[in-house]
Order: sequence, then structure tokens, then C-alpha cells
Amino acid sequence: MEMIQGVQIDLISAERLDRLTAMEKIRLILDDVMEGNIVILEKGLAPDEQSKLIEITMREIAPDGFSGIEMETYPIKDAQNGFLAKLLGGKRSETRLTVIGPANQLRTLKKEKDLISAWVSSSR
Amino acid sequence: MTFLVRTKRKISGLLKALFKKRTCRIGIYGPPNAGKTTLANRIVRDWVGDAVGPVSEVPHETRRVRRKEDITITGQNGNSITIDIVDTPGVTTKIDYNEFVEYGIDKEEAVKRAREATEGVAEAMHWLREDIDGVVYMLDSTLDPFQQVNIMLVGIIESRKLPVLIVANKNDLPDASPARIKSAFPQHPVIAISGLEGNNVEELYEQMTSYFG
Repeated sequence: MEMIQGVQIDLISAERLDRLTAMEKIRLILDDVMEGNIVILEKGLAPDEQSKLIEITMREIAPDGFSGIEMETYPIKDAQNGFLAKLLGGKRSETRLTVIGPANQLRTLKKEKDLISAWVSSSR
Repeated sequence: MTFLVRTKRKISGLLKALFKKRTCRIGIYGPPNAGKTTLANRIVRDWVGDAVGPVSEVPHETRRVRRKEDITITGQNGNSITIDIVDTPGVTTKIDYNEFVEYGIDKEEAVKRAREATEGVAEAMHWLREDIDGVVYMLDSTLDPFQQVNIMLVGIIESRKLPVLIVANKNDLPDASPARIKSAFPQHPVIAISGLEGNNVEELYEQMTSYFG
């Protein structure tokens, strides 16, 4: 029987991400990506989580194996400050839709303010 | 009288040592090959007469964070600041040893360099979270500034509430476009320089004294 070549795409909801700690999120993403899958996060990572993701990705890189990640997202948006936010003090910011994949399989073709175009290959 | 003066100086010295504020650590961050070490070398050479590290066309030449202490920079306006310059490895989310092989480096050395480069990036991220007080963010002004790593790093720096000066480097090259960098990061001051040729570095020094002072 002929095998159909393809790429698995995992879409992770904001609710699921909200239930996880920073390290759980990073591990979930990296384990998935290291298996050759593409991960799409409904809500992206906070800056501190992104910083740790880079650090841990670096630790996982191995010669002739995993060579790192390709990641695309929109810049963090400052949320509109409602009455409650003003009352509680502090500005909330929103992380946004994010796609993460293995560096050797995911390429960004075009990135505009409101459109990210990427290309995925199944060859590992 | 002399005794009194000497005692006064001694006490003043002791008080200064006791309340001395730690020197401000300014990290030079950016993607690989943006010219971070070239700028670090220029700053250190201009104000101390020394160098920080070697530079190369091959990406990830800097694979360790290097700190040069107590550099006093004086702007044209006469303002001075004393800082530690922290030169960091170029930040990226991917490193493949084959990248080095393409520059004619043999496999064994390329694998070693790639491993050191990954450690260097992790180290740079750690410094940013723990030990940096201000950032000079270097970009090659001939390249697209909207690359994810830049958006991500500037976001990380902003979230830590660190002051950041963006340097549009390599303005001596014909296809340099500092305007593109200004449009990508309108929320921060952008200074166009050539770290290699020394174009406009005086303005950078002036900005550093007022911005990090």
C-alpha cells in the first residue's frame, strides 16, 4: 500500500494553553515540533515564555537531528483598556495567533502587518 | 588640618564605596551578523583603547557573552555615563552546523561551532532576563527588519521595561534602508550608523548618554 506523505498540524486552543504553566506550554510545543509536526497556538506565548522557548530550543538542537524552530506571530497588541482594567490598574496586552514548526520544514514566504504566508514541507 | 582633610576624604571614600550604584550594563543584542561585535569593539576602542572580540563574515563568530567593564562615554553635549558593555551572540531560533560547512569549515569544527552557538544564544537570553539594564538593538539596515526574531526580541526587551536604542547598522552600504527600520519600530529611537566605517557614531554616543544616563 502506498503511504500518503503529509504533515500533521496541531491547533491548540487558548483554553488549553491557559491551563498550562510556562514550562508545560514550552514542552508541549517542542515535543510536538520535534516530531515533525506544525503547531498553531490560538493565543501566543508571553514574552518571557518566548524567551524561555528560545533558550530550551537551543538545548534541544543536535547535529543531523533537530535544528531548531521557525516561528511566526503578530506583534503583541495592547488590549483596549476598559473601565475594570483601569480600576484594577495596569494595561493588559494580548498575545496572538502563532505558528511554530521545525526549522527544516517550515518557511515563511511573506509577512505583512495582517497576513503571514508560510510554506510547509513534509521532508525531514 | 591635613589630618582633618585626610580623614574627611577617607570617610567620603568609604561612603562612596558603601553606596556605590552598580554600573549600568548595556547589552548589545540582535540577530547574527548585524555587527554587534564590530560596534562593541568600536565603543571600547574609542573610549578605552582596547577590543572586545574578533569579528567575521561567518555567522555566530561570537558564541560567548563578553563583558567589558567601566567604559565612560561622553557625548558632544558634555554628558557622560559609565557603563559595562555586554556583547552577546546573535539570537536565533535555529542553528544548523551545515551553515558553517558552507563557509568551508570542516564538519567536526562546524558541529563544535554549532554547539557553542546554541549555548551562546541560551546564555544571551539568560543575561537579558537577569543582568541587563539597557539594550542597544542592532539591525543590518540592508535586511528586512520584520523578521520574527526581531519582533520577538524587541517584545521581550519591552516586557522587561528596559530602555532600548535601535541601531540601523551598515548605513555605508548602498541598499541600506534605516527608514524601513524606523517604520518597523516607531516606538523606539533609531540611529543609523556604520559600525565599521564609524559613520554617525557620535550621535549614538550622545543618545546613549542621555538615554541610559
